[in-house]
Amino acid sequence: MALPASRRSGDNKRARLGVFTGYLVAGLGAFLGAALLIISLLRPETFAGLRSMAADLASPAGEVGAAGRVGSQNVFEAIAGYYRAGSRNAELQREVRIARVKAAEAQALERENARLKAVLNLAEGETKPVAVARLIGSTSSSARRFAYISAGREDGVRPGMPVSSPLGLIGRVLEVGRRSSRVLLLTDSESMVPVRRATDDVVAFAEGRADGSLRLRLINLGINPIKLGDVFVTSGAGGLFRPGTAVALAMEITKDGAIAQLLSNPAATDVVLVEPIWQPAAIAVIQAPSIAEAEEQLAEEDEEPAADPAATPAIATE
Amino acid sequence: MERLNPRSRSDPFGSRINRRSSRALAYGLPWLSIMVGSLAPWLPVIAPAPVLPPFGFLMLLAWRFVRPGLLPLWAGLPLGLFDDLFSGQPLGSGILLFSLALLVVELVEIRFPWRSFLLDWLLALPLLLFYLAVAALFSGAALTMVQLKAVLPQLLLSIILFPIISRMVAVLDRLRLMRVRRLG
Repeated sequence: MALPASRRSGDNKRARLGVFTGYLVAGLGAFLGAALLIISLLRPETFAGLRSMAADLASPAGEVGAAGRVGSQNVFEAIAGYYRAGSRNAELQREVRIARVKAAEAQALERENARLKAVLNLAEGETKPVAVARLIGSTSSSARRFAYISAGREDGVRPGMPVSSPLGLIGRVLEVGRRSSRVLLLTDSESMVPVRRATDDVVAFAEGRADGSLRLRLINLGINPIKLGDVFVTSGAGGLFRPGTAVALAMEITKDGAIAQLLSNPAATDVVLVEPIWQPAAIAVIQAPSIAEAEEQLAEEDEEPAADPAATPAIATE
Repeated sequence: MERLNPRSRSDPFGSRINRRSSRALAYGLPWLSIMVGSLAPWLPVIAPAPVLPPFGFLMLLAWRFVRPGLLPLWAGLPLGLFDDLFSGQPLGSGILLFSLALLVVELVEIRFPWRSFLLDWLLALPLLLFYLAVAALFSGAALTMVQLKAVLPQLLLSIILFPIISRMVAVLDRLRLMRVRRLG
């Protein structure tokens, strides 16, 4: 197609000026974008309010769509899920899968109980979920892995709370809007969860890999004790996640751990539970100023000795 | 005349008598459809890995190629901002990438004023590669090899989807010029 008439400015001075202004404004727009990008990379929380406001506005549409999504694994199966005839079969399969995970979780709980009773003589009650919500969307084209859920500040959701499905842990709340919130999925490369093997005390960190799997890194290096098919559950270290929630299944053994598959594939999840932060101490750590800010404060206060004995662990403050 | 052929006084854009196309539809539909493309994260698909193409960006490119001059050069600023609100990228990356893409297409258009769809597609390829690479690079997380590998299928899917999206935009373009306003 030839240039549109408005672009052939020729001798017309006014038209030339218009074209020039267009370039100028577009260039300024690009510069503004670059500046905003640098700001949000340095301080990721700067525009959280704007984002959660937009998410609140769009969430009703997402909820309608989420109601139609049924047990499915990935994008293509999600589309196929709408037309699936043998839904009965899928339902049975899912029940078996839930049962298998529950068995592993129960095993882990048993051990946990025995250990707590033996060592601490501590009775831990069942935690009641803060809210029940729908997974209404995820950033499916970005390299980051965030999801949106249909519960927000009004439902009692706060940043840092773990989000789980009947099949296991999904992630934790990152930003909270009025009626919706943004969840950092376990597969995001910034997510890190302390885990242990369900059957014994092999501890590791589960790091997200952006391709949908997790990387398990053992804390005690040496001979790698992980075997294919080992189930890993949260260990409770760091205080955010209740111990004994199923997380991942080892699929491939590496030198310092394993590559693991997520047990609760968020694609197959409809309703999720938002649970309270397990240890109240972790809440204090989350609300405390970051290490850099604390150091600044200390520098200002000069002679004051370091006040916080629970030196902020990297997991809790992110 | 009407009895012989009821469509004798109309063309593909509707009746030519007593009807006029609406200004709001003609100028609003491109913006609206690109914004709907940016809302793709609200699709009921929860992806454990980045698999879906950036629909907002694809729609922007398609509109730019199908109707040059319809979107102003500065359209990348508001549309990129809207995309950033939902895409999960740090705010600003959409503004920057949308604006740069529009500028690049503009410059290429000056050099190659007569283009076929094939050339448009060929231009969309490096633009999409640049978009996905920069988006992955400045996603706010440390870049790993795995992440780069995950971008490849996404790029492939975007490139394959581009002709289909262009076709959809062409249909929307006809809808855009429909004579919907009744005169008198």
